[in-house]
Amino acid sequence: MPPGGGGPMKDCEYSQISTHSSSPMESPHKKKKIAARRKWEVFPGRNKFFCNGRIMMARQTGVFYLTLILILVTSGLFFAFDCPYLAVNITPAIPVVGGILFFFVMGTLLRTSFSDPGVLPRATPDEAADLERQIDIANGTSSGGYRPPPRTKEVTINGQTVKLKYCFTCKIFRPPRASHCSLCDNCVERFDHHCPWVGNCVGKRNYRFFYMFILSLSFLTVFIFAFVITHVILRSQQTGFLNALKDSPASVLEAVVCFFSVWSIVGLSGFHTYLISSNQTTNEDIKGSWSNKRGKENYNPYSYGNIFTNCCVALCGPISPSLIDRRGYIQPDTPQPAAPSNGITMYGATQSQSDMRKPNCLQASPEHACGMGTPLKSRKWWGAGNVLQWTSAAIAPNPEPQSLSFPRYLEASGLFLCLKKLPASEEFKFHTHLLVNVCVAESPTWGFCVTQRNWLGDRLGEPCC
Amino acid sequence: MATEVHNLQELRRSASLATKVFIQRDYSDGTICQFQTKFPPELDSRIERQLFEETVKTLNGFYAEAEKIGGSSYLEGCLACATAYFIFLCTETHYEKVLKKISRYIQEQNEKVFAPRGLLLTDPVERGMRVIEIAIYEDRCSSGSSSSGSSSGSGSSSAGGGGAGAR
Repeated sequence: MPPGGGGPMKDCEYSQISTHSSSPMESPHKKKKIAARRKWEVFPGRNKFFCNGRIMMARQTGVFYLTLILILVTSGLFFAFDCPYLAVNITPAIPVVGGILFFFVMGTLLRTSFSDPGVLPRATPDEAADLERQIDIANGTSSGGYRPPPRTKEVTINGQTVKLKYCFTCKIFRPPRASHCSLCDNCVERFDHHCPWVGNCVGKRNYRFFYMFILSLSFLTVFIFAFVITHVILRSQQTGFLNALKDSPASVLEAVVCFFSVWSIVGLSGFHTYLISSNQTTNEDIKGSWSNKRGKENYNPYSYGNIFTNCCVALCGPISPSLIDRRGYIQPDTPQPAAPSNGITMYGATQSQSDMRKPNCLQASPEHACGMGTPLKSRKWWGAGNVLQWTSAAIAPNPEPQSLSFPRYLEASGLFLCLKKLPASEEFKFHTHLLVNVCVAESPTWGFCVTQRNWLGDRLGEPCC
Repeated sequence: MATEVHNLQELRRSASLATKVFIQRDYSDGTICQFQTKFPPELDSRIERQLFEETVKTLNGFYAEAEKIGGSSYLEGCLACATAYFIFLCTETHYEKVLKKISRYIQEQNEKVFAPRGLLLTDPVERGMRVIEIAIYEDRCSSGSSSSGSSSGSGSSSAGGGGAGAR
């Protein structure tokens, strides 16, 4: 393979976005400007922030507004139409108790929705590189099969073996009970579930608020339902049933809303009461992680043994502070990955595909042998879990690509390559979802070269190693 | 503050970062925050094993205190619930108080123990409580100036640590 010169490089355009996990799409000369920005502005997960980082929610908040409207409208109608009659005819304590319940419901709802559920920040490039090195040492560098085994680490907690999984997005080994929320694209500690009704994940930091919310909402729903029925009955004793309904039409609406919601909300409260008393998360319960069906020796290692302690810990235990420091300023001297070398241009379509994860460029370290004897123009490491994409413009002299059928998927050990021929052009679009680290270097023929065994190279270009 | 950061950056140019060692979490006791006390081989020539283990054990003790479940934490939880969690607008949680203690401790350890040996500890809370990051610095200059490099290192790194702590 001839050493790369300036000519072949011009034929290939690359869309390589070198980012740092806290400041994507940053070029060195903008560092001073970025120093004034807060961390929430460059948060890599799919979250929405309000009030300058004080409020944090998931991206889809439509259902949350529905929840809010339902509660506000029903309660509002109750206080406006039913309470005057009930306060006069039965006792004024009714609106008072109703008011307290209402404020408690709203407070806990907002607290659940707006707080950080326990998001784990993503690994810094140094950490990720260190972990990769340790994993490579543990696995052995060249694996026999095409797909490397999933990365897990086993720990023994209270006599029970628990598997810790490696998260490709966040580049960390997830702590026990943590899980990655695909909707928010974050790893969350003690992940329970993602609740669209509150517009946020429910995790370690906001589980008690969520439980208080559904508990108080069940009381409120039952309360409103009961007193609306009482109101209608009392009125119908005086004026007849149909007249009673005519006099307070709002009661009908409230009764209907409450009737349909009470089953699900009370059921949910009961379910979560059970989960709290056995110290499980919804995630674990659904998967049956600690059920007896898996084996006689299977038990929950996190349970404290008795219901009372489990409840106390879940509801009154210490609250850990948020780990993501939303309102902190980005420090200018935080560890940065290697800056991209010259010859890299942005590919327009990449920016429009918001679902693609922005690749991180790990620091090039010469001691990680790419196995290539030929010196190449530049070498970059791409970490596992990233998406690499680029186009190769006008490699017209090489007729072979046209003879392949597209799209063409190839699996080499750790490399999953999708080759597509772009319509109405001679360009080829490459799209790779990396399962392991690869060292990508430019090659004159195809514009890239990777260390893993690659049978694409046999047909369409020269293998690099 | 700006001057101190400037000095630290100058120091970082003269004392180059050789490598970073990461002390991972120890999950054998469950989800509570504990770090492994296993001595990493990269630090073998840099610091005594006993000093390192003592630091990690003290940190583990602090975290255990922060997450302790007992009468006082229940009281705090119930009080917070009763005030609809508005009390947290006025006071800090017990956990936050312990975290402040931890960052003071780490700063002190950096000044007294680690910086003279060309090491720098990063508070785990800045790394999402996943790792204790220990940065190992090598002096680029010759051995004659290395002592001055490390002594100015301890002065500036504490200033840098103070700046980071006050943030």
